[in-house]
Amino acid sequence: MLRFVPLLTWAILLLVIIAPMLVAAQSPLLAWRDPVYITAGFAGIAAMALLLLQPLLAAGLLPGLTLKRTRQVHRWTGSLLVAAVLLHVFTLWLTSPPDVIDVLLFASPTPFSIWGVIAMWLVLLSAAIAALRRRLNLSPRTWVLSHTVLAAIIVICSVIHALLIEGTMGTVTKWMLCLVTLAVTIKVIADKWKSHVRPRPQTRLRSRV
Amino acid sequence: MTTKAYSRRNFLRYAAMVAASGGFGIFAPARAGLPPTRSMRGGSNNYIPGAPIVERIGGGGFTMSGTVRRAGDGAPLAGQRIQIWAHTTEGYESDERSHGATLSDENGFFVMDMPQIVPAFGQPHAHLAYDSNEFETVFLRPVMPSSKDTSLEAHFVLQPV
Repeated sequence: MLRFVPLLTWAILLLVIIAPMLVAAQSPLLAWRDPVYITAGFAGIAAMALLLLQPLLAAGLLPGLTLKRTRQVHRWTGSLLVAAVLLHVFTLWLTSPPDVIDVLLFASPTPFSIWGVIAMWLVLLSAAIAALRRRLNLSPRTWVLSHTVLAAIIVICSVIHALLIEGTMGTVTKWMLCLVTLAVTIKVIADKWKSHVRPRPQTRLRSRV
Repeated sequence: MTTKAYSRRNFLRYAAMVAASGGFGIFAPARAGLPPTRSMRGGSNNYIPGAPIVERIGGGGFTMSGTVRRAGDGAPLAGQRIQIWAHTTEGYESDERSHGATLSDENGFFVMDMPQIVPAFGQPHAHLAYDSNEFETVFLRPVMPSSKDTSLEAHFVLQPV
C-alpha cells in the first residue's frame, strides 16, 4: 500500500498543476484574445505552478528525488519563474502599454495588480540575492531567513493577485492551485522553523563534528 | 428579447431620475453643491481622441448608457459628446473599430449600442470620455458587476471650464 504513496503524490501534484492549464485552455475568453495576450495569461499560470514547485523542491518533498538533486532543480525552476514573470509582464505590456505602466507606477484601478507588482519585484529581488549570494557573503542564517521571508510574501501576494483576477483560469482549479501552494509553503516554512528551534539530535551532532 | 427588458428597465429608471431631478429643481434650487465627476484611475487608457459619432459600435448587443449633468445645479446637459470604448467580442480597446461616440439627448441621457464587453486585464470594464472643451475633461472606467451583464451605466457631472 505504502508503495503507492510516491506515485499518488506525483499524480496529485501533476493534477494540481496541469488541471488549471487545461481548464484555462478551454476558456471562452481566448476567442477574443490574440496569441500575445493568451501568452501573457499562460505565463502567469505557469508562474503560479512554479511557485508550488519551489517549496517542494527546496525542502526535498518530492518522492524519489534526493534533497541535493531537488535543490539543483530548485535553482533552475527559480530561473524559470523569473522568466515566466518577465514574459507575463512583457506580453501584457505589448497588449496594452498604458495599463501595464499604470500597474508598475502603482496607479492602476485594479486592486489585484498591486499584489502582482509587489510579487514581481520580490521575485526579482529574491533571484538577485540568490545569484549574488556568494558575492554578498551572506551568512547561512541570513540567507535562509531572507529567502524564506521573501518566498512567503511572494506566495501570499501572488495568490491574492491570481484569485482577484477575472481571466482565463477556472475558479475551481485556480483556488485548488492557490490553496495547495499556500498549504505547501506553510508546511515547508513550519518544518524549517521547527528544525531551527528544536534541532533534531542527529543534526546537532553532525553539525558539531 | 433581453434588450427589450433592459430598455424598459432603463426607461423606468430614467423616468424616475427625471422626476427626482425635476423635483429637486423646483423645491431645492439651492442645490448648488453637486460636485463634478472626477476622472477614474486608468480611465484614459487606450483613448483615441475624436471617435466618430455612430449609430452603434460594431454589431451591437450590449447597452452602454448614462447621464450628463452640470456640476452645481445638476441641470441635464443636452448634445454633449460622450466617447466610448472597451475590450469587446469584436476587438481590443486599442482597436479603432472599438471606439465610438454619441450625443446626450435633451434630458442629458445617452445610450450606445456596442458589442458585448468581455473581461480584459482582469476586469470586465468600459471606458468613457467627455473631452470637448466646453467642460473639463472627464475619463471614466466603470466595471461591470458581472461579466455576464449585457448593459452598463456611467454618469457624468461636468464642471464648466
